[in-house]
Amino acid sequence: MSLLEVTSVSKSYAEAAVLHDVSFRADEGEIVSLLGPSGCGKTTLLRIIAGLETADSGQVTFDGRVVDGVPAHRRGFGLMFQDYALFPHRDVVANVAFGLRMQDLPRAQVGARVVEMLALVGLAGYERRRVYDLSGGEQQRVALARSLAPGPRLLMLDEPLGSLDRALREDLMNELRAILNGVGLTAVYVTHDQQEAFAVADRVIIMNRGRIVQQGTPQAVYRQPASPWVARFLGLGNLIPGRVAALEPPRVDTALGLFVLGEAHNLDVGREVTVLVRPNAARPTNNDTSEEDVVLEGKVHDCSFRGGHCRLVVKHESGLNLSFDLPSGVEPLPQPGETITLALRLESMSLLVEDAGPSGGQLV
Amino acid sequence: MLAIRKGTSTRPGGSRAAARLVYLFPLAFLGLFFFYPLAKIFGLSLAPEGRLNLEPFRTLFTDPYYARLLAFTAGQALLSTFLTLLVGMPAAHVFARYEFRGKSLLRALTTIPFVMPTIVVAAAFTAFLGPQGHLNTWLISAFGLDAPPVRLQHTLALVLVAHVFFNTAIIVRLVGGFWANLDPQVEEAARVLGAGRWRTFREVTLPILTPAIVAASLLVFLFCFTSFGIMLILGGPRLATIEVEIYRQAIPFFNLPLAAALALVQMVFTFGIMVVYTRIQARSAVPLNLRPREATQHRPATWGARLVVWASVGGLMILLLAPLLALVDRSVSLGGEYTLRYYQALFTNPTQSFFYVPPAVAIRNSVLVAGGTVVFSLFIGLISAYLLMGPPGPVKGVLDPLFMLPLGTSAVTLGLGFIIALDHPPLNLRASPWLLPLAHTLVAFPFVVRSLLPVLRGMNPRWREAAGVMGASPARVMREIDLPVIARALLVGAVFAFTVSVGEFGATLLIARPSFPTMPVVIYRLLGAQGSLNQGQGLAMSTLLMIVSAIGFILIERFRVGEVGEF
Repeated sequence: MSLLEVTSVSKSYAEAAVLHDVSFRADEGEIVSLLGPSGCGKTTLLRIIAGLETADSGQVTFDGRVVDGVPAHRRGFGLMFQDYALFPHRDVVANVAFGLRMQDLPRAQVGARVVEMLALVGLAGYERRRVYDLSGGEQQRVALARSLAPGPRLLMLDEPLGSLDRALREDLMNELRAILNGVGLTAVYVTHDQQEAFAVADRVIIMNRGRIVQQGTPQAVYRQPASPWVARFLGLGNLIPGRVAALEPPRVDTALGLFVLGEAHNLDVGREVTVLVRPNAARPTNNDTSEEDVVLEGKVHDCSFRGGHCRLVVKHESGLNLSFDLPSGVEPLPQPGETITLALRLESMSLLVEDAGPSGGQLV
Repeated sequence: MLAIRKGTSTRPGGSRAAARLVYLFPLAFLGLFFFYPLAKIFGLSLAPEGRLNLEPFRTLFTDPYYARLLAFTAGQALLSTFLTLLVGMPAAHVFARYEFRGKSLLRALTTIPFVMPTIVVAAAFTAFLGPQGHLNTWLISAFGLDAPPVRLQHTLALVLVAHVFFNTAIIVRLVGGFWANLDPQVEEAARVLGAGRWRTFREVTLPILTPAIVAASLLVFLFCFTSFGIMLILGGPRLATIEVEIYRQAIPFFNLPLAAALALVQMVFTFGIMVVYTRIQARSAVPLNLRPREATQHRPATWGARLVVWASVGGLMILLLAPLLALVDRSVSLGGEYTLRYYQALFTNPTQSFFYVPPAVAIRNSVLVAGGTVVFSLFIGLISAYLLMGPPGPVKGVLDPLFMLPLGTSAVTLGLGFIIALDHPPLNLRASPWLLPLAHTLVAFPFVVRSLLPVLRGMNPRWREAAGVMGASPARVMREIDLPVIARALLVGAVFAFTVSVGEFGATLLIARPSFPTMPVVIYRLLGAQGSLNQGQGLAMSTLLMIVSAIGFILIERFRVGEVGEF
């Protein structure tokens, strides 16, 4: 049985639905990420689990018990807030010790645990510092130590790296994952950044407009996005509309030509589908294409050097713009205006079928 | 750990309903001690014997005495406002545009008169400009005169000077505060386009400042319109505002219906002014490019600029500090020597009958009343502030001005309401020791609300949630998070309440029992009595009251968060 079970939770504010029939589970020791653009309802969902908001309908179960009526301070969960919400009138030690004092632990035990936590997040020596004198990264560590100190069985993190700059985020992302895995607790991690979710989570739950649109391991989600919207949200922008032309083997007719795809789907001939072409699918070709490749001819719109790779934007005569990452070994770089022929690898493509369910119409 | 009992869990909805009940306290308090007495004033003025009888109003509208009274009240208020602007504007400009040594101290000093009880100001001006005051003594000895040359006792001029003394702080704070954030580039643009210094001021600066000037002027006008202590003591028997007349009708003549009718007329005027003031306040929020003060101020560079700075600030300081210093000096000097005789005399009761008790007992009374006021004000003010804390809504839009209403009602009217409404059943508090603290709380608790609100609004709601998630119960959150954060604001509110109560004169004069006088009441009696010992004791008592107020002022300046003196 799962440690945390969220069942059919719905919530509206002033007639506007924020969460619509949301269900998911988290197993003991699992790090689950709620991933979605801002305003998708992920923070509200987190606050409902924490007991800071009440759901209009649905149920939250923890360790086999319904916790809906339990006020936040009796749930024994940990929550790390987006802006950290450190107590400005307390120093670092007093912030970290707060939750322990609420459990009425003996003073010596509290002190020992605080020392342990500060060492864990790398803040030994910061004991008497005032929290508003700390840098963003240091505040983030204090907040993490504070939410970990009482030893919660479930830790929730709301955009914990959201207010840090990119370089610091990269460092702390890895550190955070190491700490969470080291402690081995169950965590729900809310973020709008797919890289962060992929790096930290065992399983990601993608949300849009108050609904869960896909869940799975980071690899599975990236390999097979459930819809064009998910693909675009994950930064996979080469989406080519098409129509199923034949079934055995599946062939899709698109503006770029006929795609022969190896995957089997429950499809009908004539069904509208989308072909996702990953940025790494292309290589320049000099008439040496293999049979499985799709050959794409187009005009170079832009080509920019990005270090490890070159970002190439190709305009097809149908008007479609496609972006590819070419290995930077390619010399010379294609120039804008040139005509270029690319071979697209079949294994870097996926077939996306628009979900015909109630949310289908909303997915752009 | 999880303590889950199905069905018996404390749902947030349940505790919220209980919390709502607490919010009834301030509303019940206002209803009982503000609106009910006000309604009684209404009733008594319109139906003195229980039947509709417009006799009091007929007197008001037919007797030319009352037409003159209204004209004089408005006229002197207008004149006072004009003079206050004349004194306050240069200082506002200097404080807004120049950076100079000791500026923050000097700026704080300008606020001192504002926290001084009217009775102290009246005593101070008697000591400074009275027949035996400093100015006359000095002129007599300097020019060998026989009689005091400056005869301001019981003249309008003396009243006007005192009004200017009192209200300059409002102009300096309100107009100067707005001016300080005004982008100087607007003025520079006008200069570049060819406007001279004066033209720039007239066509650019002044129009932008106008809403702030009008709002501040209305406030000054309102205070002078309802001037009581100054007019009663410095104006003497021949000068009276409506406020003074209400007191005279109510206490010496005991014509309560006429007093009530006068109070009603005055209220119509004051509330009218308040409505205009709030409108202008709301409209003065024009989309200006306001700049941080550091960017708008510079040191006076030329000798001319230095002269302007020192003349206006120096002049202001003389006006503000000289009377107070004169008061202290007069209270310790007797026949050219320094002595504490007046202070010692406060603890005796030589005439045995006239004052009922030694004057020093009034100090104890004042402290007791102020203590009660602090407790009531913190209780009511704290709940009110929590009620007003959240995001603005229709309910708060009504409640916010409602809680400020007692401040806009004249003190004598409040006292009159207490006399009329609370001296017979169902609420007979005439002899209750709680009457004065309750009356003072009406005027004091809005200050508590105003000091708490910015802090409460500045609190991150996540702090409470974070504490809750970590296991702190609502009561514990209150103790561990709210209380430490608002402690300073609470202290400021308490000091405000104490200072307001100790100095309150108008309402106190009406409702204090003769055997239980507070410091302002005793000062009033002493200054009104004959003999230099009585006068000296009055000045000594005034000095003590001034020191208490000054300490309160220092504490407020030291501990306040943001601008609590906002109106």
